[in-house]
Amino acid sequence: MHDLTGRVALVTGAAQGIGHAVATALAEAGATVVATDVRDQSDLGDHIRTRSHDVTDAERWAAVVAEIEADHGRLDILVNNAGVSGYDQLHELSLEEWNRIIGINQTGVLLGMQHALRLMRPARSGAIVNISSICGATSVPGVAAYHASKHAVLTMTKNAAVSYAREGIRANAVLPGWIRTPLTLGQTDELNGAFLDATPMGVGGDPEDVAAAVCFLVSDQARFITGVDLPVDGGYLAR
Amino acid sequence: MNQRTGRLRGKVALVTGGAMGIGLATARRFAAEGAFTYIADVEKPAPGELSVEGAEEITYVDLDVTDEVAWAEAVDDILERDERLDILVNNAGVIDYAGIADVTAEAWARVVAVDQTGVFLGTRAALKPMLAQRSGSIINLSSAWGVVGSEGVAAYQAAKGGVRGLTRNTAVTYARDGVRANTVIPGWIRTPLAERQAEEKNAEVIGLTPLGFGGDPDDIAWGCVYLASDESRYVTGSELVIDGGLLAR
Repeated sequence: MHDLTGRVALVTGAAQGIGHAVATALAEAGATVVATDVRDQSDLGDHIRTRSHDVTDAERWAAVVAEIEADHGRLDILVNNAGVSGYDQLHELSLEEWNRIIGINQTGVLLGMQHALRLMRPARSGAIVNISSICGATSVPGVAAYHASKHAVLTMTKNAAVSYAREGIRANAVLPGWIRTPLTLGQTDELNGAFLDATPMGVGGDPEDVAAAVCFLVSDQARFITGVDLPVDGGYLAR
Repeated sequence: MNQRTGRLRGKVALVTGGAMGIGLATARRFAAEGAFTYIADVEKPAPGELSVEGAEEITYVDLDVTDEVAWAEAVDDILERDERLDILVNNAGVIDYAGIADVTAEAWARVVAVDQTGVFLGTRAALKPMLAQRSGSIINLSSAWGVVGSEGVAAYQAAKGGVRGLTRNTAVTYARDGVRANTVIPGWIRTPLAERQAEEKNAEVIGLTPLGFGGDPDDIAWGCVYLASDESRYVTGSELVIDGGLLAR
C-alpha cells in the first residue's frame, strides 16, 4: 500500500486501540517502529521495539529519542497518539483532573514534537501526525478538559506545520470519530449510542481505518499536505 | 499495481475534466491502481495519455458536465460496459478572474454551471448506480479559493464554496446507503490552468505557501486514490486539504 521502507517511526500510546493499529500498519509498510506506552505492549510482536514511556515525562522523551538517535541516527515519523479521556463536566472538574488530561493529551504532544524536531530539523525532513478527535473540532456535552486538549492539538499541529514547513517537516492531525477501541468500549452504552446515532454512517470505525489515514499522511504521497485536519469519523463532523 | 493487486482493483471510476492537469493525473493513478477508468471531458487527452503501463486502457467519454442529458447517457454507457460505477471524481472546472463589481452575468453563469452545477449533475447521475449498489465514493474538487477570500475570482470562489456544502450534504444524506462523498481542496498546483495565470499571481501564492513550492497534479491524484480506496471507508464529508500548508496559516 505505502512503502515506508527505511523510515524510522515513533508511536505513542501503542499498547492498544488506535496506537496499536498505527504501529502495526507502519511496520507492515516497512518502517522501523518504536512503540511506547505506560502499559504492557507485549502483544505488538518482536519486529516492533517497545519502550515504557509516560508522555508527560520530559526526561523519558529525551531518553527515548536519544536511544532512537543512537540506534538509527534518524527519526522520520512521529505519531502522537497517547491520550486519555475524561468525562467530567466543567462545573465538577477538579484542577487535578484538568492538569492530568491536559498533561497527557496536550503537553504530551508538545514534548513529543519538541523532541522529534531535535532529530528532524537537522535532517530537514520529517512527518508528524497528531491524533486529535472529533471533540477537537466540535462540541459535545461534558468532557470539558478532553475538549480543550483535543482542540489545542489541532492548533498546535497547525503552528508546527507553518513554523517548520520550510525545513521540510510536515505536521498533520487526524480526527477519529467513534472508533472501536478498549477506551470507547469501556464507555457507557448510553454515551456510545448517542455518538453512533449522531454519526451519519450509523456505525463505528475500526482502529485500522485511522491507521490507514496515518500511513497516507506520513508517506511521500502526502508530501504537499501539511497543517491539515483529516477526520476519520463516518461523517460526524460533516453534519 | 494492476487489476489484481492495486489499491483500486476491480473498481470502476469516472474522472471529469480528465483531459489534462489534476483530472488526467488522477485518472492515470486510478488506472495504475487497478481501476477501470473513464475520463470525461469536452476535449480529448493528448495521444498516449490514455495508456498506462501495466494497466487497463483508459476510456475517453465526450461529456460537457453542464449537460444533464449527456450525464445520463455517459453513466448508462459505463453501466452497459462495466455494470457498475464505484468512483466519481468531479474535477472539471473553469475560472474567471473578475471581481464581483466587474464579473459579467455570462461569465458568472458559465463558472457556476461548470464548477458547481456540473458537480450536482454528476453526483445525481452517479447516485443512480451507487445507491443501487449500496456503495460508492464521490470526490469533489474545490479549491483553497473555496475556503478563504482572494481578490477577484468572484464566480470561482462562489462555485468552489458551493461545492463544499454540496459535498457535505451528499455525505450526510447518503452515508447510511454506503455512499461516501469527500472534498479535495488543492492549493497552488502546477496545472495548465495555473500556468496560464499571471506570473505575479502565481509567485505570490507560492510565496505564501508554507512549504515554499507549488504542488504537482500527482499530489492531488494521490489524495484522490486514498479517498477512492477502501482505506478511507470510514471517511465521509471530510475536506482533504492538499495545499502545502497555505490554509493552515
